[in-house]
Amino acid sequence: MPKDITIKKGLTIRLKGDAQKTLSKAPRSRTFVIKPSDFHLITPKMVVKEGAKLQAGDVLFYAKKNEQIKFVSPVSGTLTTIERGAKRKITALIIEADSEDRYKNFGTIDPNSMKPEEIKEHLLSSGCWAFIKQRPYDIIANPDVTPKAIFVSAYSTAPQAADYDFTLLGKEKELQTAVVALSKLTSGTIHVSVGKNSNNPFTKIKNIELHRISGPHPAGNVSTQINKIDPINKGETVWTLTPQDLVIIGELLLTGKFNAERVIALAGCSVKTPKYYTTKIGAEVATFIYDSGLIDENVRVINGTVLSGSTISPKGHLGYYINTVSVIPEGNDYEFFGWAKPVFNKLSTTRSLTFSWLFPKKEMCLSTNTNGEHRAFVMTGLYEEVFPMDMYPLQMLKSCLYKDLDEMEALGMYEVAPEDFALTEVVCISKQPHQKIIRDGLDLMYKEIG
Amino acid sequence: MGLKQKLDSLKKKYQGTKMEPAFNAFHTFLYTPNDTTQSGAHIRVADDLKRTMNMVVLALIPCLIFGAFNTGYQHYLAMGEISRASSGFFSPEFWTWQNFSAGALAILPILIVSYVVGLGVEFIFATIKGHEVEEGYLVTGMLVPLIVPVDIPLWMLTVAIIFGVVLGKEVFGGTGMNILNPALTIRAFLFFAYPTWMSGDKVWVLDAVKKAGTPDAISGETILGSMAQGNTMSYHVSDMFYGFIPGSIGETSTLLIILAGLFLIFTKIGSWRIMISTFVGAAVMGLIFNYVADSGIISESSKFYGLMSMPYWQHLLIGGLAFGAVYMATDPVTASQTNKGKWIYGFLIGFIAIMIRIFNPAYPEGVMLSILLMNVFAPTIDHYVINGNIKKRLKRIKVKAA
Repeated sequence: MPKDITIKKGLTIRLKGDAQKTLSKAPRSRTFVIKPSDFHLITPKMVVKEGAKLQAGDVLFYAKKNEQIKFVSPVSGTLTTIERGAKRKITALIIEADSEDRYKNFGTIDPNSMKPEEIKEHLLSSGCWAFIKQRPYDIIANPDVTPKAIFVSAYSTAPQAADYDFTLLGKEKELQTAVVALSKLTSGTIHVSVGKNSNNPFTKIKNIELHRISGPHPAGNVSTQINKIDPINKGETVWTLTPQDLVIIGELLLTGKFNAERVIALAGCSVKTPKYYTTKIGAEVATFIYDSGLIDENVRVINGTVLSGSTISPKGHLGYYINTVSVIPEGNDYEFFGWAKPVFNKLSTTRSLTFSWLFPKKEMCLSTNTNGEHRAFVMTGLYEEVFPMDMYPLQMLKSCLYKDLDEMEALGMYEVAPEDFALTEVVCISKQPHQKIIRDGLDLMYKEIG
Repeated sequence: MGLKQKLDSLKKKYQGTKMEPAFNAFHTFLYTPNDTTQSGAHIRVADDLKRTMNMVVLALIPCLIFGAFNTGYQHYLAMGEISRASSGFFSPEFWTWQNFSAGALAILPILIVSYVVGLGVEFIFATIKGHEVEEGYLVTGMLVPLIVPVDIPLWMLTVAIIFGVVLGKEVFGGTGMNILNPALTIRAFLFFAYPTWMSGDKVWVLDAVKKAGTPDAISGETILGSMAQGNTMSYHVSDMFYGFIPGSIGETSTLLIILAGLFLIFTKIGSWRIMISTFVGAAVMGLIFNYVADSGIISESSKFYGLMSMPYWQHLLIGGLAFGAVYMATDPVTASQTNKGKWIYGFLIGFIAIMIRIFNPAYPEGVMLSILLMNVFAPTIDHYVINGNIKKRLKRIKVKAA
């Protein structure tokens, strides 16, 4: 029996250039890149050397702190370059791809008949562990801790994020297999949330507790759902996975192949024909961006949504966890008396001569301009309007800034991830970097408390 | 080369130098900067602090203009040259060019001194400390002329502004860090440093000081001042509501202040929670005193009787209560920062303001003191509100363990 959850606080941001629901196959990418920075707090220890021939699924590196956690190649090819930055830190692994993928065979497995330990071992050795994240701290899960529950959000509310009802079509079998396997790794249940009226493939899947969510963003954020369903208390751990990663895990169990295939949404008002593409993790984004065409030159390509993605160059590569690529105009221009004149075509949650409240349904084309300079926190009460969890966002940010660990803990930091502060960051009049503040705060807590 | 390109190259030239904050303050006044998002969300709302502060300044302008008319009106009225406004808010006796020009001439120097001195201090501190010039003073600079009596000497104002901005704000780290409202700090400094000037019956009407002791001396007292001395009220309620009464330059017209308050609530800049709860708090205290007076607990001979027996709703119209509730108490930096806290904070401001007004005849205007007092206690209120939230979270664990 699905349970309904309604989120009231939040903000739906309507942007021009939503991806049309047609699926194309992106041209095969020549190079693939894995960036260790996608795996937060993981220091890579290389297993293979430059020049090594790889199959899809071959181990590239493991985590220095926990050798069990391995990271594998998404395609077959040759590891041409290990790019290093300051202090010889590995910044990128560049793989020149073969024209056809050869897969390492992990063997087909029926999760129903396996022990939890065997499943865990299988996921770790096949590189699929990287898809399992844990709360608190929003990092790759520690395999030695059994989570009290597993959460999957199959409802996307972030602006222009890929629609799971569309990207998961026909993946029931993979999802079901992955769910059965994961259900053996938790002492609790797997909670899956879908939209209120959606007929997402998850609605037909067993072994899960289905929740139906409605409301504005961040209703689709997994933290919001955890907070409403079964909040994390001190000392508890939950795991979170994205549906697209469950598909890869499911396919691994069914076929024995690590198939890093992704259905991604290409969206944004700088894209000529925004639509969905099938591609692979680490592929060049140019392969599909130039397939659909760009309207202007001065653009920002974002690995992810406009709310919490990361900037890449147009020649960059798809991130490890990404199912949306957004392209929006760069706003690196001045505006004459921009602070004083009435504004009609920009987002605003106030009504201070900003008139977006008159057209709540209008789709806007927003640029990356900050619309003002960085300032100290001044206004109050605006964050709370877009923050649905029963916490005090302003005070949390401040406690992260002055690094009071006790206060951070008491205010609820165990329950949040940086993406939960994306909306407060967007509406912030002082233009403070909220997500970075929260990430740094979580890292500090992880380091000090563990 | 256009102005935009010229300024852009100048900006690069000043980057990293001592001049940077001062130049950027001018530059960003003309053009919103070309900064793009560097981390986190890639899009931001159109609002910035300049726009926000500008909304408050816009909401203050009607009070300033009304203040100019009222200053002239009170002056000529005291001189006996014109008759009282008699036909409502748009009385022809009030809205005359003569009134406006006399008032504007008196107010303009105060306004200029307020902005030049205050912004000067801001620029100096920004340059020394290398931070951006923040917009907080745009509002403070506008508030100051509206809450001082019109006959204030400019040197006194200068000293007070330097004191208020430096000790009220800059020592704490500038806009966003201060504990006390800077405009009220300036007002409080004036009051306590020059009490004979600020509390008499001379300063509230233009030229009253100059003419004191001469044959055509004029006096104009605020309603509160005269009532605290036990006199009966000599003004009609509608005069108090429209603002045709002596008082600080911009705080007399309750009507305009309420309209501006509605504007601030509509734009979501001002906190409706604080505004409403301040009025409620004042009304509650007023009702309590009305009850005390009506039930004969104090006698008519008591020196508190005059103000105590005044109907509670009239308290909301006179003095600086409305002005304080709309423009001062709502200052987001010094107010409570939690929504629940704002209710408590506002209520106590109104409550204490009326208490001070009645029990302290030496200084009947309690609003300033009560806001400053609650500024100090706002973090305490927030602390307990947030503690309630923390306890809720801890309880969750206990329920689970049980």
